[in-house]
Amino acid sequence: MNHTAFVELLNLACGALLVTAVLILWRRQLAAIIRWFTVQGLALTAIAAIIAVDGHDARLGAIAAGVFALRVIALPLLLRRALARAEADGGGRALRETSPLVNVTASLLAAAVLTLLAYAVSRPVVQLTPASPAAHAIPIGLAVALIGFFALVTRRRAMSQLASFLLMDNGITAVGLLTTAGTSLIMELGISLDVLFAAAVLQVLTSRVRDTFGHADLDELRELRD
Amino acid sequence: MNALGVTGGVLQAVIVTGGAPVLTGVMRQVRARLEGRAGQGIRQPWRDLRKLLRKEAITPEGTSELFRLAPLVLLATTFTAAVTVPFVTTASAAGPVADLFAVVALLAMGTATLALAALDTGTAFGGMGASREMTILALVEPTLLVSVFALSVRAGSTNLAAIVAATVHDPVRVISPASLLAAVALGVVTIAETGRIPVDNPATHLELTMVHEAMILEYAGPDLALIELASSMRLVVFLGMLSSLFLPWGIATALTPLALAGGVAAFAAKVTLLGAALAAGEVFMAKIRLFRVPELLAGSFLLALLAVASSYFLTGPNL
Repeated sequence: MNHTAFVELLNLACGALLVTAVLILWRRQLAAIIRWFTVQGLALTAIAAIIAVDGHDARLGAIAAGVFALRVIALPLLLRRALARAEADGGGRALRETSPLVNVTASLLAAAVLTLLAYAVSRPVVQLTPASPAAHAIPIGLAVALIGFFALVTRRRAMSQLASFLLMDNGITAVGLLTTAGTSLIMELGISLDVLFAAAVLQVLTSRVRDTFGHADLDELRELRD
Repeated sequence: MNALGVTGGVLQAVIVTGGAPVLTGVMRQVRARLEGRAGQGIRQPWRDLRKLLRKEAITPEGTSELFRLAPLVLLATTFTAAVTVPFVTTASAAGPVADLFAVVALLAMGTATLALAALDTGTAFGGMGASREMTILALVEPTLLVSVFALSVRAGSTNLAAIVAATVHDPVRVISPASLLAAVALGVVTIAETGRIPVDNPATHLELTMVHEAMILEYAGPDLALIELASSMRLVVFLGMLSSLFLPWGIATALTPLALAGGVAAFAAKVTLLGAALAAGEVFMAKIRLFRVPELLAGSFLLALLAVASSYFLTGPNL
């Protein structure tokens, strides 16, 4: 793969990563959020695969396969099953994010500010290796992480908070892939921990939501109980 | 200004003016067929215009000169934009006017004049339509500027002719993230500015929802014909801008009859295809609530901003 094609493909994959993050923030339907999350997993896989092919790195190739299995197949499947269960318990109410703390227009504008913030704060990191095209894409990974965090604190439904958490995680993984393309050991460790963490959180959250709240709104979590 | 630009300008003036009502007819026909109706034929908008032009010009009592001038200003600004934006050739008929800011200002001036005229009538619907149109315009103009600005970063100029020429010479540019994001943002802007579903429904006169139709409710006869013509020309200008900036294939770069014929044919084909796709998409969509329109436009503004940001973040191979 020649250098020009590598840079173009990497940029395209990073652009797709950012756009899917924005779309996840934009949409209210949980089914649509899960669909865009799957697409984002594909974009993340593409980033890992492109860097692997460019660097002739078999380890990174294996990481790309791991990212694909986790973020395109396993996590969306778990999310969809949790959604189906919530739907069976709570009727149609669980299907959309009805009243986020910040309305959609304001959160889209906040995402714009967060993207610029990510660009501003990651400039020193980019300056470390100005020749590497992957390093230039670090602000995008950081922006996805920030957008995910913003979505996490402004959403109310358990399901969409879960999706936001995974969005933030995707951003962190993207930053990891783009910064440490040479030393794959750290990433391998990070990704395997990721799997563990995300799966555990999913299990705990979905079962708790189903058992404790079932048909209820997350707003009831405001009161402390024994 | 050169010979290529002037020839292109003359050709564009003829094609856009003559073809705009036909495009409206094609879009209505596509909708009708998809909805299972026979449709009225693609020449119906021209027949409507001819009928309206033969009627007596009447204006409501108490309206000022502004009401009579607005259709002319709207048509003149749209016509100027149609002549100067490079659709058929890579050169522009009037170079300095083909600047991004000039074109956007021209198009906004037409809309703003029409909104003033709607206020001038003093009716409830006119004021309501004007207020809604201004809300949408205020959100659309920044998006329009920012999304084309994302393209001008790489071309190094805000002149539309320079941007189109740079894209023709380097077609890989079209699939860069900045260009794709800007394309989506500009697509949403096109829908909002030309009053199509899901922002406005051009086929309805329901008082709760209409925007553009509410503003022109008091017009009749030749004035209405001018506004209808200008509205369909605006649609062609916006679709043409989309096609020139993002699908610049077939645009004439040399002053030969074959290249010019190719440019004209490519322009007509691209705009017709985009229009038909827009009409087909409208069949499957419902108009969104007026209060959710800012949400859509904020989304498109964000995409445009990301387009600019990513053209700085992600350095191309040549930079």
